[in-house]
Amino acid sequence: MRKEVWIPRLLIAVSVLFIGVMLVLPLVVVLAEAFSSGLDAFLRAVTDPYTLKALRLTLTATVAAVLINTLFGLTAAWAVTRFSFRGKGILSTLIDIPFAVSPVIAGLVFILIFGRISPLHPFLDAHDIKVVFAEPGIILATVFVTFPFVARELIPTLEARGTDEEQAAALMGAGFVTIFRRVTFPHIRWALLYSVILCAARAMGEFGAVSVVSGHLRGKTNTLSLHVEILYSEYQFTAAFAVSAILAAGAVLMLTARNIVEYLAHKEDDFNVR
Amino acid sequence: MYVELKNINKAFGDVHASRNVGFGIARGVLAALLGPSGSGKTTILRMIAGLERPDSGDIFIDGARVNDVAPGRRGIGFVFQNYALFRYMTVFDNIAFGLTVQKEPAAAVRRKVLELLSLVGMEGMEKRYPAQLSGGQKQRVAFARALAPNPKLLLLDEPFAAIDAKVRKELRAWLRDMIHRLGVTGIFVTHDQDDAVETADEIIVTNNGRIEQKGSPQMLYKAPATPFVTSFIGSSAPLENYRRLKGFENGSGAATGAVRPEFIKIYKEVDGITYENSVEEAVVEDTAFRGTYWEVSLKIKNMTLPARYSLEKAPIAAGDKVKALVYRLYAFDGDNVTLLENRNLDTHNGANRYSI
Repeated sequence: MRKEVWIPRLLIAVSVLFIGVMLVLPLVVVLAEAFSSGLDAFLRAVTDPYTLKALRLTLTATVAAVLINTLFGLTAAWAVTRFSFRGKGILSTLIDIPFAVSPVIAGLVFILIFGRISPLHPFLDAHDIKVVFAEPGIILATVFVTFPFVARELIPTLEARGTDEEQAAALMGAGFVTIFRRVTFPHIRWALLYSVILCAARAMGEFGAVSVVSGHLRGKTNTLSLHVEILYSEYQFTAAFAVSAILAAGAVLMLTARNIVEYLAHKEDDFNVR
Repeated sequence: MYVELKNINKAFGDVHASRNVGFGIARGVLAALLGPSGSGKTTILRMIAGLERPDSGDIFIDGARVNDVAPGRRGIGFVFQNYALFRYMTVFDNIAFGLTVQKEPAAAVRRKVLELLSLVGMEGMEKRYPAQLSGGQKQRVAFARALAPNPKLLLLDEPFAAIDAKVRKELRAWLRDMIHRLGVTGIFVTHDQDDAVETADEIIVTNNGRIEQKGSPQMLYKAPATPFVTSFIGSSAPLENYRRLKGFENGSGAATGAVRPEFIKIYKEVDGITYENSVEEAVVEDTAFRGTYWEVSLKIKNMTLPARYSLEKAPIAAGDKVKALVYRLYAFDGDNVTLLENRNLDTHNGANRYSI
């Protein structure tokens, strides 16, 4: 057989094998282990009060991270693409810090800023404000780690669209809110939704930074991923995998949503960019 | 003057986009800002619109200084080079945008939009999206959208640049007619002299951030004020020393200039020449068919000069020896240009038989 026929087949086989072993197999194992002691054991682990508390905290942190990062991601993307100012290049680079820095370091930084050794600590203590080893710390860590998603997705989109339409609207007397709502937002809505989904997926599964600021107080500062670790280290394998299954299901849901958004955005682009 | 610029300066870093720019445009006039790319013409347009701020100088619209007036409050309609139509709005919503921003009642908006659509010849297209329109149609929509809030001044940035040649000619006439019918004042930017000459009442020639000359197309053509305008408007060839040509021997100092092909007459047969003492011996170097005439390259006294030759006359070809009469040329003196008539012809009853 000719060589040209083998190359695509080989590449496809390698890809399928690799993805199967490295990505799909673990997912299957998680589900298999979760149900290995029967449905009852699975339900018991999933409806355990500590699990539910962890789920609630994970959802709180995720929603907070999505809201905060959407707002500030939009602001940063707008500032970088629509205005010219000193230090713009640096700001644009700084946005990527969370991708470059290990999440553990991010967690440590928050401990330094808000923990016992911080000069802020007496003030926080006097006003009974708890940041680290409490929910605000978890939210802060999640926000930090997921910040780049929205801004990074929106900057190229805003750049590609240019400012002409916004200038045209401004020349007709439209104010900032009208311009954003009627002219800019329709351009970026799919990119925004897409980045929100990625941001949420990442926020749900965040472990490193959250682990440092959490303090692992069961039922208080445990997120789902931290809860999995605790269960696992206590040899409660079925429960650990059952809780993991919740996270895995969340991830699959996010991936599906992402694909639907991608499909819809492409369909609209095909129409509008002709 | 309806629009007036006084001593405008503007720099982008090291690039001086405007140097002491000043001009005025009367009410109801369609003016063209014409110049090569990078000459600062678009910057001038954007400063009038308020999209750029001049570093110094004043801009007046209808007698009021508008330097500190926001773009949306200057009463200006602006047509962008790529039209900048709102991609996610229908043609109707595009045109209605400026009116809804001003909180006009829906019925009035609808009436005005339909009226504008019929004005630009796009009835029945209101439900389309910009992506479903051709270049010419987009331009018409952009034009209607700019006119919707009843501006007194319409600014257009390279309005014909994205249009193919055939539709372009049609649109030039359409734009000129429309501006005059509506009675608004218009300024458009172009780098294409045909756009400017065929469309504008007045042309402002820009070069290197400066205004070279302002005047009617005919005036710019007949009496260019600077060597740049001479070469930019119409076609011309530079002359290193025009005193070597018969009839232009007088004078002293620098003798650089330019000559247009229309200023040279070619004779194939010797008879019929009125001014034998002025004709030059010429060799045809090259001919090119231009549809309605021959473009001829002539060698006269070691200079290569352009000329035109009628299709009706006996044909000529490269290598032919012919007679040529240069009856007019432009003499350059620094930045000034003077029109020189062939001295040998002037004496003939004082009348010029070779008007352009």
